[in-house]
Amino acid sequence: MARKIDVIFSEIEPGSALAVALGLGPEAVVERIKASHLRGRGGAGFPTGLKWEAARRAQGAERCFICNADEGEPGTFKDKKILESQSIKVIEGMLIGAYAIGASKGFIYLRGEYKYLVRSIQDRIAKLRDIAMAVSGRSYFLDIQIRLGSGAYVCGEETALIESLESRRGEPRNKPPFPTECGFMGGPTVVNNVETLSLVPHILLNGPEWLQQLGTTASAGSKLFSVSGDCRYPGIYEFEFGVTIRQLLEEVGAGTDTKAVQIGGASGYCASADDFDKPLCFEGIPTGGSIIVFNASRDMFRVLKNFVEFFQEESCGQCVPCREGCSRMLEGIQKFEEGRGSSRIINDLLELSETMSLASKCGFGQSVPNSFRTIVSKFRDEILSAGGGPWQR
Amino acid sequence: MAEMSANANVQIDASAPAPIHVRINGVTYTAQEGTTILELCRREGIHIPTLCNHPDLTTKGICRICVVEVVGSRTLQAACATPISEGMEILTTSEKVRKSRRTILELLLANHYTDCTVCPKNLNCELQDLANEFGLTDLRWKERRERTVPQDFSSPVFVRDNNKCILCQRCVRACDDLQGVYAVANLFKGDRTIVGSAFNRPIADIVCINCGQCVAHCPTGALYEKRSVDDVWRAIDDPERVVVIQTAPAIRAALGEAFGYPPGTRVTGRMVAALKAMGFDHVFDTQFAADLTILEEAHELLDRLKRTLVGGEKGLLPMTTSCSPGWIKYQEHFFPELLPNVSTCKSPQQMFGAVLKTHWAKSMGISAQRVVSVSAMPCTAKKFEAMRPEMSSHGLADVDHVLTTRELAGMIKQAGIDLKEMPEASFDDPLGRSTGAATIFGVTGGVMEAALRTAYEVITGREVPFEHLDIVPVRGMEGVRRASVRIEQARSPWAFLEGVELKLLITHGTANARQVMTSLREGTLDAHFIEIMTCPGGCLGGGGQPLPVTPEKRIARAAALYAEDAAHAQRKSHDNPAAQALYRDFLGEPNSHLAHELLHTRYVARGRY
Repeated sequence: MARKIDVIFSEIEPGSALAVALGLGPEAVVERIKASHLRGRGGAGFPTGLKWEAARRAQGAERCFICNADEGEPGTFKDKKILESQSIKVIEGMLIGAYAIGASKGFIYLRGEYKYLVRSIQDRIAKLRDIAMAVSGRSYFLDIQIRLGSGAYVCGEETALIESLESRRGEPRNKPPFPTECGFMGGPTVVNNVETLSLVPHILLNGPEWLQQLGTTASAGSKLFSVSGDCRYPGIYEFEFGVTIRQLLEEVGAGTDTKAVQIGGASGYCASADDFDKPLCFEGIPTGGSIIVFNASRDMFRVLKNFVEFFQEESCGQCVPCREGCSRMLEGIQKFEEGRGSSRIINDLLELSETMSLASKCGFGQSVPNSFRTIVSKFRDEILSAGGGPWQR
Repeated sequence: MAEMSANANVQIDASAPAPIHVRINGVTYTAQEGTTILELCRREGIHIPTLCNHPDLTTKGICRICVVEVVGSRTLQAACATPISEGMEILTTSEKVRKSRRTILELLLANHYTDCTVCPKNLNCELQDLANEFGLTDLRWKERRERTVPQDFSSPVFVRDNNKCILCQRCVRACDDLQGVYAVANLFKGDRTIVGSAFNRPIADIVCINCGQCVAHCPTGALYEKRSVDDVWRAIDDPERVVVIQTAPAIRAALGEAFGYPPGTRVTGRMVAALKAMGFDHVFDTQFAADLTILEEAHELLDRLKRTLVGGEKGLLPMTTSCSPGWIKYQEHFFPELLPNVSTCKSPQQMFGAVLKTHWAKSMGISAQRVVSVSAMPCTAKKFEAMRPEMSSHGLADVDHVLTTRELAGMIKQAGIDLKEMPEASFDDPLGRSTGAATIFGVTGGVMEAALRTAYEVITGREVPFEHLDIVPVRGMEGVRRASVRIEQARSPWAFLEGVELKLLITHGTANARQVMTSLREGTLDAHFIEIMTCPGGCLGGGGQPLPVTPEKRIARAAALYAEDAAHAQRKSHDNPAAQALYRDFLGEPNSHLAHELLHTRYVARGRY
């Protein structure tokens, strides 16, 4: 059984991990992160070490290291919590990463609503700068600037984030080239999530094998979950990867009438009772951390409609499958509410979903249909009967 | 020598990266690294539908209609934006690909105001073509039948109808990449995304140079020029009116495309015959006025050279050309402090109108009020130019109606005329007389070449020292070109130019011109004379030319104009007998007081906001 643990919010001596990194040299730091099997905590799970290695090897003069703190997935609030108490660890993670890839510039792209954290993060940057100067003998320093997002969900996508940093509209770029090759201002760039970076100092201090002692074979380490919805104890929980939904539900005090759990936010997976024994990990149900619990009183049609409305508004509007697809999906769903729904509409929308997943330009559009597909497959009757449901009139 | 260069080529090939092997639909192809899937498929004749992709513009990869399956990849890839890699296996017509493309097209049409039969782009619309290609008979998600957003009629030259916009951003990129105006961008997000100006103001409220490159690059009916066709028919129908048309050089090299001729076919004679058959009372040639422009402009250049080199005056050089009205407005907005450098010559269109309504009307014994001055132009900015208050003589507008090449083609079709069936006819005298120098006004570098043919001869009494008068160094399609001509054996009034290396610069596309002018402003540019054309390729790539726009068509049209010049009996503007007569009988000499009054103009410093 996966353990509830406390790594991310545990304190370490500021600068101690950086000192280890400086002792190892950049090449060895990349190797250590690779060997640790650390994967990105933002949701996609890309191996962090490979990302760093790609940026380190890429040609290009000015390299950039970015912390993605644009936490925007509905139902997630873990990065906020990390930055409230552990920002110094995140910054140290950035310093180590920047050292590893040879970056001379760093950004923290902070969600606009987290503006109240700017001061404290700046204080930590200054503090760590002094420490870094001391441990490196005044030879190592990274210029880190904080930039505030303006509320666009899509700016959590790394290339849209970079566009936004370059003071353009937050629209995802074509990949390839990947940011590690051609990112901020055309230079090799790494974008890592807050949670990912907070783990980096631990790996430096504890060695490459340490992370693999936690979690599953394919998902090393622990994960923060932001739990909300119908449960007695909503909040942030840290578990080893591989924790089952059922275990998590018990921990957070969800009732026996739990009907569905939305995992990974609006772009995630809707689990029904059949899924509750599945593990939360990259090889099971992956998640960036958002867990929303729905009990029997909740109407899955309204849950679905809420998600699609969110996407229709948050699509950057650039590519056709996502922009038009979201609108047509919402239109189709609204027909059920108006008592004009039919199986055919669902089937048409499922085909639309297929195209959105296959042909959208970025991960946003590709993941929009996840919630539609899973909710419709598990609660089809509830959707079909939406027009005459008991919650209306 | 030839052998040596061949060896050098082999060496270059050896040091180039190894070619990449990919399989497309089971067949192996090789190509260089960096080639996109789309480029390779185009090269090999494998059809891939596209909408947002355009050879003139940067790649966006946003319409997704070009998606292909790359075996092993979780998602489909946009062929336009995906470079090939070794061993890639590509499927261009798999079930996934076909279904996705179809769905994407259905999505576009579901949100499209489809009034195709009365749409200005009917049968000239890439979206319509795709619907036809895909054989769509039913639209699963079509809800919207009416216009939901208002059209923007505020521009003097074009209409934006966002109800037909597919957000391919081709207009945005034409405005940014080619023209450097940045008038429009995507606004809002999600389902409310539209293309519009800053703060969603009407286009008339922001900086727009009316060049029409957005219109020419729009694949649908979302952008179309304001039309003067009905006004011109009304004038023709009015027996009291004497309706005169002038046609610009770039028209004759492009009009044929609208009638099924291959790009680059000259249809000068057939066009003239058609215009006469349609009821224009006199069919004249803008090229007559282009020769006038050269005479005025060449002498203005010499005057500026003299005042600078002899008189020591500052700020007169380099002189920039003034015949491209899109650039004029650009400069008025962005480089007002450099307006003194702009030649004061009116453009050929306006010079023509001014001569028409004064000397010509008088010599014909027609009251100028009865004359309707129509011009056929490859250009939308000419519509705005004709409306400028300073473009009038004795209270009458020099030009009353401006037709684009597309409008002219439409009028000819409305008259039931097939250009292919028309005989060859000649322009009327005297304002239909011109030289080869005037013909090449339609191509980038042409004004420079024509001006040099005259200016050099004025200075030295000899022809420009280039074989067949072809000043090859100023020709080509590079965005910024430099050349120089050394003055030798200058005649006595121009002795101060002896040994002077005249430095010339040619640029087209206002994004390129912007860079040139920026370096001029910063004082890092050394030139005496700069030719600036608003549109890519010059007038032949104008915003009013037949669709679709491609670089190959521009090259073919340029070749047609150079061929017409080469075949012309007179190839120097000062040899135009009608122009000579006009100076003798009416204007006196170039840059005379009367010439200044009629043929020269002034500019307005405009703000940016």
